[in-house]
Amino acid sequence: MTVMEQRGAYRPTPPPAWQPRTDPAPLLPDAAPYRVLGTEAAAQADPGLLRRLYAQLVRGRRYNAQATALTKQGRLAVYPSSVGQEACEVAAALVLEDRDWLFPSYRDTLAVVARGVDPVQALTLLRGDWHTGYNPREHRVAPLCTPLATQLPHAVGLAHAARLKGDDVVALAMVGDGGTSEGDFHEALNFAAVWQAPVVFLVQNNGFAISVPLAKQTAAPSLAHKAVGYGMPGRLVDGNDAVAMYDVLSEAVRHARAGGGPTLVEAVTYRVEAHTNADDDKRYRADSEVAAWREHDPIDLLEQELTARGLLDEDGIRAARDDAEALAADLRARMNQDPVLDPMDLFAQVYAEPTPQLREQRAQLRAELEAEAEGSH
Amino acid sequence: MTTVALKPATMAQALTRAMRDAMAADPTVHVMGEDVGTLGGVFRVTDGLAKEFGEDRCTDTPLAEAGILGAAVGMAMYGLRPVVEMQFDAFAYPAFEQLISHVSRMRNRTRGAMPLPITVRVPYGGGIGGVEHHSDSSEAYYMATPGLHVVTPATVADAYGLLRAAIASDDPVVFLEPKRLYWSKDSWNPDEPSAVEPIGRAVVRRPGRSATLITYGPSLPVCLEAARAAEAEGWDLEVVDLRSLVPFDDETVCASVRRTGRALVVHESGGFGGPGGEIAARVTERCFHHLEAPVLRVAGFDIPYPPPMLERHHLPGVDRVLDAVGRLQWEAER
Repeated sequence: MTVMEQRGAYRPTPPPAWQPRTDPAPLLPDAAPYRVLGTEAAAQADPGLLRRLYAQLVRGRRYNAQATALTKQGRLAVYPSSVGQEACEVAAALVLEDRDWLFPSYRDTLAVVARGVDPVQALTLLRGDWHTGYNPREHRVAPLCTPLATQLPHAVGLAHAARLKGDDVVALAMVGDGGTSEGDFHEALNFAAVWQAPVVFLVQNNGFAISVPLAKQTAAPSLAHKAVGYGMPGRLVDGNDAVAMYDVLSEAVRHARAGGGPTLVEAVTYRVEAHTNADDDKRYRADSEVAAWREHDPIDLLEQELTARGLLDEDGIRAARDDAEALAADLRARMNQDPVLDPMDLFAQVYAEPTPQLREQRAQLRAELEAEAEGSH
Repeated sequence: MTTVALKPATMAQALTRAMRDAMAADPTVHVMGEDVGTLGGVFRVTDGLAKEFGEDRCTDTPLAEAGILGAAVGMAMYGLRPVVEMQFDAFAYPAFEQLISHVSRMRNRTRGAMPLPITVRVPYGGGIGGVEHHSDSSEAYYMATPGLHVVTPATVADAYGLLRAAIASDDPVVFLEPKRLYWSKDSWNPDEPSAVEPIGRAVVRRPGRSATLITYGPSLPVCLEAARAAEAEGWDLEVVDLRSLVPFDDETVCASVRRTGRALVVHESGGFGGPGGEIAARVTERCFHHLEAPVLRVAGFDIPYPPPMLERHHLPGVDRVLDAVGRLQWEAER
């Protein structure tokens, strides 16, 4: 007897209008995360794609290291590292067309940079000179979102609006495992499925919401299983396998663009470094666990594949590292310049037209600044 | 001179007409919310819009306020002008995070690259015998959030004009609809609707010399009635209808108080931490030397909104206003 039949035994018979909508089987994720690297399927992967992914992963790793160093130097207030998760970040950016939109969460600076946003502008939120350093319209990247999962309904609304206008635009929204417990996650997935909105939800399950492990976050068989209840397909994928990530996400994007509606993708990965510099991860996990995941490194996995197929040699590795080093040097040089801030910006763009109250306050600050300048002479 | 035959219309009809005209004038205006389509809203304020403009323009959404407002944010990011209905005041609370963390600050966060022209319609306030969670006055929460405009009409003509202005605004507007005035009628010609008022201007509804009653939304009729009743006692009360709580019209309010020398703020939301405290402070700061008495407040009690059979004891009525007007004959204690 199935679970549904058991429930039927103590539930009133539903009225005739009620019908199960679909057979849930096609919506269910695979039993194990989908992998390409290290399997026979890897031989089919396009060499050009492999090289592009590799270059971006190496850049991403170096970017993470540089941003973390800048935090230690006090140049960044905080940096949530995505070391170990670079494959998710890079794939999320690379599967999108120019006209598509990316909705990142606070840990997704790397995806934002891989999408083409200036690395310094991508860091202004974390540096503290402004909330969003880039124009979201320029690269079709929504502001980095600090509240958890609240950007997911935005992605749904934007994708829905694009479809209403007849544009074949897809929105890809990123969220962590902890974010799946938030109400906005539920509401966004439900809206997307009901509206058949062209959205891809990417959950990076990196094992912990700060210190809380997945086992305390959910009782679901996997986060990808949650898709079934909304009536959308769920995919479980190895988040450290850049090719698998690219395959699954690009298939989800194609599906959405073709009018097939949303997909929930759970990338099983691991946050190798602490949540941020303010976190002590030794309090909640064993070094051996971290070490084991370091053995399943996204860059190593791809490097092995490229090397085995003769697509990468020492020169190639050096070239990728040189390119990443140049990115880091540029980031370091520009981040080490003190940003020039205009205090009057405080009143910029609170409203299209400042209220009379804000005009008064603006005048007050201007007077204070003038007095300050006067005093310093 | 041509005389236009003014027909009596309700505030609800004027609101419907405002949305209809906005949708006809601008194809990017989309109405959305729970029950707004086929049913026309539980108060019928969106009646006929889905039929006229299609379900893509007037959409019945899943029942989820955070989702409704969150989706509206994304729609506005893509160039639409969502008009969101929250059905009842207290039902808007699940959407607070979207409103406060995103709607109110997206323009500022993106240095103007992403203004959000969203109108959030919230039927609010008591006096209709609603059960719990159907009668809250939540304006203080919205007023405390920078980046939002907060407006509330008290007349049929303002309902139309202010809603057109709200929908046309490039900034988010919390549009508070006084439920108990939905069926109030006024002579208003829906075929030649009045000009759209700019947001942020208060209006003197009744000129007077003895004291100023500062009010808005559902309390305006109460204050006008109190002003009529006060005539018998020799009080000539001026009544100012704020219409817009944010931005606040210091100019109109303070000009009135300087003329009369006495001020009383009347609203039905609670007094402690309520709008009246802010208004009294502003008036005191600007008009201290003109004041003959402390600025007084008549507000709802500081209690969770009471059950409907007791709400008449909670809501500020004419007697309570008149009693406070009497106390404006204040003399300094020595």
